[in-house]
Amino acid sequence: MDYTATAWDIAQAVRAGKASARDVLEAVLERIRAVEGASVRLLAPGEDPEALHRQHPGVHAFITLTEERARRQAEAIDRRVAAGEDPGPLAGVPITVKDILTVEGVRATAGSRILYEYIAPYTATAVARLEAAGAVVLGKVNLDEFTFGSSGESTAYQPAPRNPWDLDRVPGGSSSGSAAAVAAGMGPLSVGTDTAGSIRQPAAFCGVVGLKPTYGRVSRYGLIAFASSLDTVGPITRTVTDAALALQVMAGPDRYDATAATRPVPDYLAEMHKGVRGLRIGLSPDMFRITYVDQATGELVETRIDPEIEAAVRKAADLLADLDADIVDDVPLPHLEYGIPAYFVISRVEAASNLHRYDGVKYGYRTPEPVEDFWEMYRKTRGQGFGLQPKVRILMGMYVSAAQYSQRYYERALRVRTLIRRDFERIFDPEGPYRLDVLLGPTTPTPAFRVGEVYGDTVLMQYMDQLLVAANHAGVPAIAVPAGLNRQGLPLSVQFIAPDFREDLLLRAAYAYEQAVGGPLPVPSRLD
Amino acid sequence: MTAYEPVIGLEIHIQLNTKSKIFCSCSADPWEAEPNTQICPVCTGHPGVLPVLNRVAVEKALRLALALGAEVAEVSYFARKNYFYPDLPKGYQISQYDQPLATGGALPLENGRRIRIRRLHLEEDAGKTKREGGRRFVDFNRCGVPLIELVTEPDIRSPEEAAQFLTRLRQLVRWLDVSLGHMERGHIRCDANVSVRPKGSQSLGEKTEIKNVNLIDLLRPAIEQEIQRQIQVLEAGGQIEAWTLEWDEHQRVLRKMRGKETEADYRYFREPDLLPIVVDRAWLEEVAAELPELPWEREKRFQEEYGLPEYDARVLTTERALADYFEAAVKAYGGSPKAVANLVINHILRLMNEQRLTWDDLRVTPARLAAILRLVDQGVIHKNAAKKLIPLVQERDQEPKVVVEAEGMAQMQDTAALEALCARIVEAHPEEAAKYRAGKKGLLGWFVGQVMRETRGKANPQEVQAILRRLLEG
Ligand SMILES: [Zn+2]
Repeated sequence: MDYTATAWDIAQAVRAGKASARDVLEAVLERIRAVEGASVRLLAPGEDPEALHRQHPGVHAFITLTEERARRQAEAIDRRVAAGEDPGPLAGVPITVKDILTVEGVRATAGSRILYEYIAPYTATAVARLEAAGAVVLGKVNLDEFTFGSSGESTAYQPAPRNPWDLDRVPGGSSSGSAAAVAAGMGPLSVGTDTAGSIRQPAAFCGVVGLKPTYGRVSRYGLIAFASSLDTVGPITRTVTDAALALQVMAGPDRYDATAATRPVPDYLAEMHKGVRGLRIGLSPDMFRITYVDQATGELVETRIDPEIEAAVRKAADLLADLDADIVDDVPLPHLEYGIPAYFVISRVEAASNLHRYDGVKYGYRTPEPVEDFWEMYRKTRGQGFGLQPKVRILMGMYVSAAQYSQRYYERALRVRTLIRRDFERIFDPEGPYRLDVLLGPTTPTPAFRVGEVYGDTVLMQYMDQLLVAANHAGVPAIAVPAGLNRQGLPLSVQFIAPDFREDLLLRAAYAYEQAVGGPLPVPSRLD
Repeated sequence: MTAYEPVIGLEIHIQLNTKSKIFCSCSADPWEAEPNTQICPVCTGHPGVLPVLNRVAVEKALRLALALGAEVAEVSYFARKNYFYPDLPKGYQISQYDQPLATGGALPLENGRRIRIRRLHLEEDAGKTKREGGRRFVDFNRCGVPLIELVTEPDIRSPEEAAQFLTRLRQLVRWLDVSLGHMERGHIRCDANVSVRPKGSQSLGEKTEIKNVNLIDLLRPAIEQEIQRQIQVLEAGGQIEAWTLEWDEHQRVLRKMRGKETEADYRYFREPDLLPIVVDRAWLEEVAAELPELPWEREKRFQEEYGLPEYDARVLTTERALADYFEAAVKAYGGSPKAVANLVINHILRLMNEQRLTWDDLRVTPARLAAILRLVDQGVIHKNAAKKLIPLVQERDQEPKVVVEAEGMAQMQDTAALEALCARIVEAHPEEAAKYRAGKKGLLGWFVGQVMRETRGKANPQEVQAILRRLLEG
């Protein structure tokens, strides 16, 4: 088995005793040594991350590699196989974990200096379930600081991850390290998080599959919170089958998360193979354009998405129609364009509050400078510990949730969110005018952009998530699936969105499409 | 000079006596535990943790709400109260804000006046900080201990009423097994909002808030002082400012903590990590069905049903276990309830107090108390002997009859022997007998004492008196 093996193939081989978990692990560790590049760390003042990258070019996916821990896990799996025990459905699958989820005894940085050297005392539920199913944790992968970004560049741990298809481009974010690692063959499965597209957008940029489950389908326990009412945990994989396999293990109620749904988890792998015959699949004109505020003029500007991406979506519809799906055109999503402004407000109010706890009192970074009192300790610790993105978001969150503005912004954003939710209820309503099973659209308006191209324009960066955030507002599940490469050799991606808790439908459409389009993308050869 | 009337409202935090904290499984009674030993990642706000609501805390809050006649919301929400302080590990307190668990209801005072309740909600407690040797220490043990916050309408009209409200609320929460109610341990913490207005006026004056007057004996002088201060300010033509005050225990005076201008904005918003609290009819009915008779209802019934004086009825209903004990003893005895009340109030309570006993420690069960009363009725022991017998029953954990026999406490039942003894005593003291006969009647008591000493108290003094009188006068 080499590093290009899927999670499904590895688990089958290890369970059948045809491959050892230890050998699979070593092959992937070898791959990591070959393509990872620089060892990622906190930048010293004045240090240039670009120089670090040029010195050791590579993907730079990992913040923490847990090699020895992984070896112990792999050996334990092999012993179970040898003893004739069931090693679990993910036996021996090497996985990576976005460094926003906790793993007991391993540092959890959230990509921020403020959590420097924080060792998590417990394991996130989603990760614990994967481990219990036989997965082997390779390490913690990079991300935008506290997930605040769509390019991976805002992490305090540099150099930031690069796109394996083109090292001068970003892998997307915030699950930057997750998508980059999976695409580069550094473990076929990564656990990511998606608050406004943070699983799907980097999956699209890196040519892999990213599944954002229904809000509450996978426990958030151990997910370092950004916007608690939008945060979800999901898999990033190279194939739809692997996404189904991972979701099967991660999903379900959790006594440590009151918001985790108690609904039974269907057999995703069985459902996935049911095909799309008779499924009603919708296309919306509102998914082929994005609307954003022009920073210079303050005007609302509308632009069409990248034509190659639009073509890929239309091609996907044709392929699915050939498989006897009913394609429904002109499905309206009138409130989609308000998704980003509403998200700006809601996520920042929650983020500001969620970031209160990083104060230097209990754990993580504390200013080494002398202080007069604890108020000064707070100011210095937070001033030095947080990067730009958390600071910007805290300030805006504080502002829009202040007593005198809360009505005007926060309450209003919540109403917009309800309207977006109703858009989806209407198109999925089995008695309604559209009666869709799934919605098909683009994942991102553009393919991966160059490092430094958008970074710094915080507003534009977030409008990149306009086609993604609606699913977070509405809570519905969505999946990004590779749609071939564009003329420059960059991955394209289509997105499917389904009603609440209908990941089964999502996977049926995604799997049928993946097969029809010619299977998953390979690991890019340019890296070798 | 204008006559002023104080207008007082209380804001009270009640620590619930649940086993575990409100959002995690740590112990909810960290009293006297070593600092930072009753903690976990959840209650110390580690990255990634989530709160999970303890249903028992909701149930206890429902019990108090129903006892006060409050209206319980079918759906209520938790909210985050955001502020920074080292003892608040998440940087926000999970509380309830715009949609509390219950609203309305009232608590009756002794004079029957009903103090209306504005709202009642659930929240988590914060930790403690202390300064020592120029350093500040934080103890997170108390973080996440469940609290009920109860806010009254400004219906209280005197410091005495405020003190009484707090006393009765304490009685109620203990009665309902909602809180241990130890005020010295901070189980009940009280803030008082105080204003004054010309008597007869219906409008409300500007109010000040007195923080943390957690003992009933503190509440009274603190409010009294503040009323006097406000009256002086108004009389001098001044205006009351919306200060927050705190009680300085050393000087026994109120001090200004802060003015209104520094009032914090807590940026409340709904807690996304918790589901709404949904209290359906079935749950509410279940709690209502288990609600005990309230102390003031029972007090009234004790007067009506058992003919007890108001004082006795009140004393016997200060605690539910005491009221239960009394009623069990009345039933076991079948005689005069007042006789039971006397023994309980005068001897059982004293015994428990002196020996610091809990109800579980008490070996003088209601059945044994009834047995003691019957021994008195049967003349086996004199009623004064009960005082001595009760501690012995407690000490030996034996039936009263067994103790009486072992101690030889039974009264002399043999009248002939008693007569002989009395005659011997009179004969042995001819001088005293002569004086008595000469008119010094007070000596009768002296003779009785001699007989009682000889019998080591076992004779019935009334009987002795009658025999002696006959011997001396006959
Ligand atoms: Zn705890």
